[in-house]
Amino acid sequence: MSTESAAQPSVVAGEHGVQFLHQMLRIRRFEEKCVELYSAGKIRGFMHLYIGEEAVAVGSISCLGPDDAVVATYREHGQALVRGVSPGAIMAEMYGKLEGCARGRGGSMHFFDAQKRLYGGNAIVGGGLPLAVGLALADNMQRVPRVTCCVFGDGAVAEGEFHESMNLASLWKLPVLFLCENNLYAMGTALEIEHSVTELSKKADAYNVAAATVDGMDVFAVEAAMQQALKHVRSGAGPYFLECRTYRFRAHSMFDAELYRAKSEVEDWKKRDPISTLSARLKSNGAITDADLELLEREVANEVAAAVNFAESGSWEPVQDLMRFVYSERRPT
Amino acid sequence: MKTITYREAMREAMREAMRKDGRVFLMGEDVGRYGGCFAVSRGLLDEFGPERIRDTPLSESAFVGAGIGAALNGMRPIVEIMTVNFSLLALDQILNNAATLLHMSGGQFNVPLVIRMATGGGKQLAAQHSHSLEGWYAHIPGIKVLTPATIEDARGMLGTALADPDPVLIFENQTLYNREGELPGNGGAVDIDHARTRRAGRDLSIITYGACLWKSLEAAETLAAEGIEAEVIDLRTLRPLDDETFCSSVAKTHRALIVDEGWRSGGISAEISARIMEAAFYDLDLPVARLCGAEVPMPYAKHLEIAALPQPETIAAAARKMVRKNG
Repeated sequence: MSTESAAQPSVVAGEHGVQFLHQMLRIRRFEEKCVELYSAGKIRGFMHLYIGEEAVAVGSISCLGPDDAVVATYREHGQALVRGVSPGAIMAEMYGKLEGCARGRGGSMHFFDAQKRLYGGNAIVGGGLPLAVGLALADNMQRVPRVTCCVFGDGAVAEGEFHESMNLASLWKLPVLFLCENNLYAMGTALEIEHSVTELSKKADAYNVAAATVDGMDVFAVEAAMQQALKHVRSGAGPYFLECRTYRFRAHSMFDAELYRAKSEVEDWKKRDPISTLSARLKSNGAITDADLELLEREVANEVAAAVNFAESGSWEPVQDLMRFVYSERRPT
Repeated sequence: MKTITYREAMREAMREAMRKDGRVFLMGEDVGRYGGCFAVSRGLLDEFGPERIRDTPLSESAFVGAGIGAALNGMRPIVEIMTVNFSLLALDQILNNAATLLHMSGGQFNVPLVIRMATGGGKQLAAQHSHSLEGWYAHIPGIKVLTPATIEDARGMLGTALADPDPVLIFENQTLYNREGELPGNGGAVDIDHARTRRAGRDLSIITYGACLWKSLEAAETLAAEGIEAEVIDLRTLRPLDDETFCSSVAKTHRALIVDEGWRSGGISAEISARIMEAAFYDLDLPVARLCGAEVPMPYAKHLEIAALPQPETIAAAARKMVRKNG
């Protein structure tokens, strides 16, 4: 177990740092637009923003290969974007349009993409963990060297499914990377109110699962820890538990008065904003200028605008298709 | 023709499926070294080894969910849950994932998973091992619910279920495991889309499934001696229900008695009754009747357990009353 420190300045200064900044900005600006669209009534239902946690998705998901699988939570906008799901399909999904990545049946909490091997978008806390174990089991039984990255929050660690899944994955030495985004609150319940043991990696010890804890506000630290974790899992040594300590800047969902935490706490964490701290570092290292940053912002803004246009011009699934896909359409003959 | 038990029929079905298809494997509590809680999988570990006959920890939610994940990723898992009461620990995975993923993903992810479990009372296993919750499961769109009662169905339904692209739950009434019968023909895969008329008759339709099929057939014999000819319909599949078969039987007999050992309120018997009202109301000579399990947690004491379940005598009495009232 270790807490990784920030990466070497040479790494930060490179093209790599700019790419990471770009990816984090894509998530941030996309979600800021989502808030506007929610207020405008274009997006409905529960919507959980990732703002503040971008370094975790960017530092981790970008390390995966195209054949690896991702099982995510209902706060999965970031993972889906980094995974390469089309931003237009994501936005259309949030609009509830047919062109969405789940035909508008899932909404914000349920993104799916078979091509990208994104298995949700799971809105039952902890419910995705057994699925990830099974995906990895199938890979093992078919001798396919792939990793299943299973993302969940600190809240899920209190669920029985977490403990059952860690035990099973460890017993069967399955290639699952358990990626815990610890943003210190299970909805509005603070870590110390929900866990008798707040050092979550200790729970991995109980199942003989290798573990590390990393600063989830530092994208390079996340990347380094993720590579370490992937190396372990790919070697056949069994699952790995990686805890990323992060913080959600916005409310839990669009229906949250934030009565459970102090404004000052939020402000303190914002000083560690993964985007502003990285762009400051890149500027001070000379890797990026204000003009470069402006260009980057423009590129991101264009992508977001194109996604909104795609969603706006999308169609509604015909009501007569409501019953499609309750059962498979292709039946055995 | 050969004579085998229901248990052996299930085992042969699994053995055949695993020999034919390398993607098929079995996992669950004590399915390997112990040979299965009800000895259904005994001997399979020796033939197929621990990778394909997987003993799991007591983690119903995780191993059912792992079955879903494995099914999503190219395998054809058979997951055994010891009893229907334990399946409640995995209900999240069954309902929120197995039954839901295909629709919620817009048709991208189907779940070709088979879950087998023991159900029903009659073995003095009391209130946490004896209930009949298959009717509950039949409430859920996205899954299929099979209730094999005969040796032929015990042998044949699994193969059909494994060929299905969607999740299928198979409920094996625990009083049937020792039942012997002749297996006709090759004992291969059977149709799971239709109910079957197990006994033809003109005076009333007894609509049932599972262990109550045999009790109903016994009642029908008693009734026949009294000159009452009961038709006995074996539903076989509770979801989707084959309305056509039981409604056409009712059109012929004009009397419907539904026998179900599950609880009466909100149960599958209520659903069948409603469908008869919707589709065959004017064929009825008198109201649909139901004979269900008593609405109590299943008691241990033998005499109370007998009283809590439909029995051949109570089925015959209910049928007699319907025919005489109106005859």
